Amino acid sequence: MTTLASSAATFNVDKVRADFPILTERVHGKPLVYLDSANTSQKPESVLKAMDDYYRHANANIHRATHLLSERATALYEGSRAKAAAFLNAPDMRTIVLTKGTTDGINLVAQSYGRSTLKPGDEILLTWLEHHSNIVPWQLVAAQTGAVIKVVPINDAGELEQDQLSALLSERTKIMAVGHVSNALGTINPIKEMIAKAHAAGAVVLVDGAQAAPHLVIDVQALDCDFYVLSSHKMFGSTGTGVLYGRASLLEAMPPYQGGGDMIASVTFEQTLYNQVPYKFEAGTPNMAGVVGLGAAIDYLAGIDRDAALAHEDAVLEYATAQVREIPGTRIIGEARHKTGVLSFMLEGAHPHDAGTILDRQGVAVRTGQHCAQPVMDRFCIPATIRASLGIYNTREDIDALVRGLHKVRELFT
Amino acid sequence: MSELTDLYQEVILDHNRRPHNFRVIEGATTQEGYNPLCGDRLTLYVAIDGGVIKDVAFQGSGCAISKASASLMTDALKGKTAAEARALFDQFHAMITSDHAGPTADLGKLSVLAGVREFPARIKCASLAWHTMKAAVAHDSDAPVSTE
Repeated sequence: MTTLASSAATFNVDKVRADFPILTERVHGKPLVYLDSANTSQKPESVLKAMDDYYRHANANIHRATHLLSERATALYEGSRAKAAAFLNAPDMRTIVLTKGTTDGINLVAQSYGRSTLKPGDEILLTWLEHHSNIVPWQLVAAQTGAVIKVVPINDAGELEQDQLSALLSERTKIMAVGHVSNALGTINPIKEMIAKAHAAGAVVLVDGAQAAPHLVIDVQALDCDFYVLSSHKMFGSTGTGVLYGRASLLEAMPPYQGGGDMIASVTFEQTLYNQVPYKFEAGTPNMAGVVGLGAAIDYLAGIDRDAALAHEDAVLEYATAQVREIPGTRIIGEARHKTGVLSFMLEGAHPHDAGTILDRQGVAVRTGQHCAQPVMDRFCIPATIRASLGIYNTREDIDALVRGLHKVRELFT
Repeated sequence: MSELTDLYQEVILDHNRRPHNFRVIEGATTQEGYNPLCGDRLTLYVAIDGGVIKDVAFQGSGCAISKASASLMTDALKGKTAAEARALFDQFHAMITSDHAGPTADLGKLSVLAGVREFPARIKCASLAWHTMKAAVAHDSDAPVSTE
């Protein structure tokens, strides 16, 4: 408790809130209570300014021209790559591919690494917690190669069944793709142990870090994962931008994902030589302003005490869980021992979609539905949930507004 | 709260709690409808004889708006010809998407759903049953109807 109290003291949520201009917005005449950060996070002033400054003072195509603006743009773009490497504790910048986002990163690995290595009967191991973006790309490559998909089940608390993981791993398992944190339930998976088990079976491991990046400190070398993917927009940065970390030896051996400009060393109609990694995987003019925004978001996170921020978020989540549980007729979906950022629940008599509309009119933004995780919903035999998800800027007052809104839902529906 | 109470009128809440024609019709034309955004799912049963809808019913799970809309729709369709049903679809669709305020008089009980037009995110909920009906009556598809 001493550690918690002291780290909480170094985190000033009012100061953080002041960094996010949109939080003073009013919706339907009410102050905005934003509880949908797992869907997309809000952006601090520094990210907005960095992207605006890029267009005003540095906009030119990267890697392609000799003039000053192109030098500025290239320096900013590659600067963000260096920041991303530091953010993930990657060994060097060659291991950092800049993508359109988590979905793009997973598709890249599935179509490049997966398609070139999988054979009929090989197995791809997924889990019941996965977001559709960590299911469908593997189904596509399975159909193309004859590989087979296996799935690690979850228990009633929403935790992966580790015994089943061990039972499902075999010499046939070539790839394991697993989320670091579940977007639908908030479960933090013990991925370091899972990666070690998968490696012992000879599998390559991709970690979907989209929901982990805004909450947890990530160290790809300590995790010893082979691929780690994330999205800038979920970690207070730009939309349409993301990072794929890949082990250098794997990236070197992988064929290109898309063809185009900047990913080549030389092109003739007879033969094209590809650029070195990571540029081999970055065809075409990328989202340069977005990548600048990613760099600014990483700087923003570097400027706050991450442990203290997590302690604050955990305290708000704990408060939210207790408050929502007290409302008659609520059922919390996902009660893993290790969770972050997400409270998914049902309210008896009211469909989540109706609750979402009523909450919205009170100024409270939550997500309602399946959260792109239909298998999770099917596992709990529910059509949808109400999901309140947290960012570093949320407070107990936000939760109080949610609870008041839920009482309004009950007035109409029970 | 006024737009909210327009949307969630007592009639709609009643149809949600106790939907009419919430059953299976054996041997009838069957059509699935699905809204992937929120997971609303329904199966519509339409018994057509001599071009006239003799009986219509539904099963499924969904929000209050989609359930009430399906319930009210099944009440409204009995005795209508396929052509009349399609015309009603157009009128209903116009009512929930129109910019003009005020219920359309000739839609009778269906007018209680006019409030949906103030909630663009919910229009698909109100129209799911109707899109499903249109496909069932046209008999042009075995694939589930999707609002996406």
